[in-house]
Amino acid sequence: MGILFEHGNFTLFRDGFLRTLELSAVSAVLALLLGILLAAFRVSPVPALRVFGTVWVNIFRNTPLTLLFIAVNFGLPQLDVHLSPFVFAAIALSAYTGSFVCEVLRSGINTVSLGQAEAARSLGMTFGQTLTLVVLPQAARSVLSPLSSVFIALPRNSAIAGAFSVPELYNVQQTLSDRGYAIFAIFFWVALAYLVISAAVGLLFRVIENRVNRLAVAR
Amino acid sequence: MTETTPSDSRPSPLVVLSGVNKHFGALHVLQDINLEIVQGEVVVLIGPSGSGKSTLCRTINRLETVDSGTITLDGHPLPAEGKELAKLRAEVGMVFQSFNLFAHKTVLENVVLGQVKVRKIPRTQAEETARALLERVGVAAQADKLPAQLSGGQQQRVAIARALAMNPKVMLFDEPTSALDPEMINEVLEVMRSLAAEGMTMVVVTHEMGFARSAANRVLFMADGRIVEENTPEAFFTAPRSDRAKDFLSKILHH
Repeated sequence: MGILFEHGNFTLFRDGFLRTLELSAVSAVLALLLGILLAAFRVSPVPALRVFGTVWVNIFRNTPLTLLFIAVNFGLPQLDVHLSPFVFAAIALSAYTGSFVCEVLRSGINTVSLGQAEAARSLGMTFGQTLTLVVLPQAARSVLSPLSSVFIALPRNSAIAGAFSVPELYNVQQTLSDRGYAIFAIFFWVALAYLVISAAVGLLFRVIENRVNRLAVAR
Repeated sequence: MTETTPSDSRPSPLVVLSGVNKHFGALHVLQDINLEIVQGEVVVLIGPSGSGKSTLCRTINRLETVDSGTITLDGHPLPAEGKELAKLRAEVGMVFQSFNLFAHKTVLENVVLGQVKVRKIPRTQAEETARALLERVGVAAQADKLPAQLSGGQQQRVAIARALAMNPKVMLFDEPTSALDPEMINEVLEVMRSLAAEGMTMVVVTHEMGFARSAANRVLFMADGRIVEENTPEAFFTAPRSDRAKDFLSKILHH
């Protein structure tokens, strides 16, 4: 179990941990923005946008993440797009996670009664104003819990990036295995690190949920 | 309809529907509707359920689209969904049967939001207007509460204040008292009567015959997607011409 503290392994492990955090955070922000945009598309009055949103969700939500990584890492260079493995990984992860965020938001939007949107539109609000000022704030409470599941899954999904040349946590496992350490000890530490990240994300959402609920009660 | 307009101002049609048709699937819910509403006129739509009166009311700010025909508002044809339509909708106040106050905003915020976000009025000025309007409809004391903490009658009066805050050219009321307990109906009707008396142009879908009698300039009786009869309230209620209207009135007035 002490392998972390031998031969500079700790630096390797720490860097991998930080890289996983970085990749997850960047992908989470992109996935959230993308998810909001896609959800807006899916409820928009413009048929072409609705079709785009539906097609996106169906492609990216129904494709194994590993295949997406392969498509991004080997497909984009074919189109003469050359970016770092980290950016490729962030693209694959956020395109995938964004489709889940979209569906969570869309289900939340559907819990808000149609009359709320009609009242907003009757005041002369645009589609974007209706969504951001009236509908989404009311959907927030019902989407926080399913959204936390999506964002807890994200750091664990990011492990696939380790197989695509991103020196993150899972990649560290490979390096340590190559150095011949006991497999159980390696996996113990790697699993513990993922557990810490997932628990932290879960806790963050609990805090936000409590705050939103308290605000709703206090007012 | 010149005989029903206020004598002091030259009538100019504010809302014009011509040849409007709409289907819900196989149901022909609006059939060749032609209607002109002039400035300051109070038009009350009555009729049995399913006659199309609510749908007609909702087409005027395009919450319902129409299959054919045209609708113009102050001379502008209603555009397709988008910024232009949003701009035009700001000129049309809408009051719903189910109030539809923004559930996550306080009463005051409900009345402020449209002014600030749509009309781009500075917040302090918008709040001043909002408080004055809430005072006027008699719910100033509830300004900082959430809609759910108010009675139905209070909520509907806030909804009227919210619509008035946009300074609309015309107000649409879609069965504004149908979801209210009987003792709350009058407080809402009183607000509507005072609006009518001040010369607001109003289209009111209602089952309140007393309101139609006392506040309307013109009563439209709808049945099966058509305007079957239109007349002054006095003439309509004392001497309905169509059998359909006679039948309807006999059912609602003598029970």
